[in-house]
Amino acid sequence: MGSQAPVAVSASPLVDDRSAQGVFRVARRVFVEAEVLDCEQREIFGKCWLYLGHESEISTPGDFLTRSVVGRSLIFARNKDGDVRTFFNTCPHRGAMVCREKQGSASLFRCFYHSWAFDLDGKLITRPGDESYAENANAHGEHNLVRAPRLEAYRGLYFINFDRDAVDLSTYLGNTKEFIDLVMDQSPEGMEIVGGTQEYGFRANWKLLAENSMDGYHGAPTHATYFDYVMSTNGGLGDTVVQISKPHDLGSGHAVVEYGAPWGRPIAKAVQAWGKEGEDEATALRASLTQRFGEARANRIAYTNRNMVIFPNFVINDIMAITLRTFEPVGPGQMRVNAWALAPKGEAPESRQRRLYNYLEFLGPGGFATPDDCEALALCQEGYANAGEARWNDISKGLNQERPSIEDEVQMRAFWREWSRRVEGKQI
Amino acid sequence: MSVAAALPRRLSVSRNDIENFLFEEAALLDDWKLTEWVALFEPGASYYVPTAGAPDDADPATSLFYIADDYHRLTERVKRLLKRTAHVEFPHSRCRHMISNVRIIGGDDQAFAVTSNFATYRSKRGRTELYFGHHNYVKTFADGAIRIRRKTSFLDSDDIAEQGKVSIII
Repeated sequence: MGSQAPVAVSASPLVDDRSAQGVFRVARRVFVEAEVLDCEQREIFGKCWLYLGHESEISTPGDFLTRSVVGRSLIFARNKDGDVRTFFNTCPHRGAMVCREKQGSASLFRCFYHSWAFDLDGKLITRPGDESYAENANAHGEHNLVRAPRLEAYRGLYFINFDRDAVDLSTYLGNTKEFIDLVMDQSPEGMEIVGGTQEYGFRANWKLLAENSMDGYHGAPTHATYFDYVMSTNGGLGDTVVQISKPHDLGSGHAVVEYGAPWGRPIAKAVQAWGKEGEDEATALRASLTQRFGEARANRIAYTNRNMVIFPNFVINDIMAITLRTFEPVGPGQMRVNAWALAPKGEAPESRQRRLYNYLEFLGPGGFATPDDCEALALCQEGYANAGEARWNDISKGLNQERPSIEDEVQMRAFWREWSRRVEGKQI
Repeated sequence: MSVAAALPRRLSVSRNDIENFLFEEAALLDDWKLTEWVALFEPGASYYVPTAGAPDDADPATSLFYIADDYHRLTERVKRLLKRTAHVEFPHSRCRHMISNVRIIGGDDQAFAVTSNFATYRSKRGRTELYFGHHNYVKTFADGAIRIRRKTSFLDSDDIAEQGKVSIII
């Protein structure tokens, strides 16, 4: 025999999908084994569109920021003509990281090691002793910064892809665009990232946060103290206005849940604690939405909450504020998270303040909810120490439901089916 | 401006008084006596933790923080942290709050500014996390008592990927 048979990640299924029999299970191995993560790095993170940043973060020519995406260090910049460029943050000469600042404005990037300097298109513009190089040494850009293989945007959201042959971003986003539009339509002037990034982490496998970000079932038990706070602040859980509770499998691993909830929404559902000023403002915002989109769409934007996961690791949650969130593995049992607040451009200062205040009541590492998610996911990961014997996660809730709610697990099954399609049976 | 000129002239309390206050505050936090801790704040006070590495002039009205509590939410935070259903801190983590480099920066009895360095250790289920940085306070002194009007805890780490969350009062 000249060659060995390929070694598959698993001979037995990792995702045990027997929906017709009411069974849907995921093997806990997928959260702990380095081989699974290696396969994910290649088959998922190496081939899917990954969120990089928002256009507003580099709004002016010369603006740049450095950001890590699945372990790659990238420079996200706007050149002098206003075009967005993305490079790997590594010098073509010896590989040193070229840019060490988190963000700023620049006319060139200079690697301090041998002082090669690059313009905002990544082109080498100067280096000491240039005459010692062959005349055509950079004829094919060999000495320029290496660009991200693919960079595309949808409504201000920039994504990269390490696979040159990937489908275009618009095709990849597919049915998620309807829901992205419901967020991006919230201001005629466009949307912007507000005041920085929350960079934190979970001591858990990255896939657990994909599930958690759109998990309606855990809300009441895990976040009991948050709902205590909402009641105490507003004198009750109040009017949820919309009764909808609907999970959507958007295809290709993307999923979203739509639902009504008791909290206030800066666009545009006031709660008691906001007083008359807040109520007046919400009314005016809804009137403006109605004028632009008609009543049905205006009400959908204003009252309906949306938690969406764009496969594999990008979350848009339009809830008591809007958060964008990415999460990426730094090992099977550890992930890094970046979270941002997205808001309408030109928002009145009081509204902006209320939005940020609202964001922090639930979201982020100091909110009244996310730290408990941190703990829940860490406990799952610690529980997987028993994965050899206690082998399966159950994800079957709602399989027998004709009209599943967001407390069912339709949305997680959408994620896992795509995960399985991309990973199972692939060579390690 | 010289250091001497910067020292407050109309302040009835000394650095020793302030250090005693800060050490007692740290002891309350170490012991999870959060109801007693929040009583150190005057009504209307605020409590902030900006994102790691934020500058001293960061403003929660325009920047994303980790924590930006008005007095109402601060009292709610304390209520939450003392519940069994605040899962991340039940059972309570063990914490030790170290305070040093205490300076009174300026002001008078009505409002004076204090800064201190801190290192807070949190231990739970075999893991220890370190939070370090500096606290900036605006305090008042009236009727023989020091009260906190605003406390802002600045973290010096690049991010909190290792700690993961700010689930305790650092």
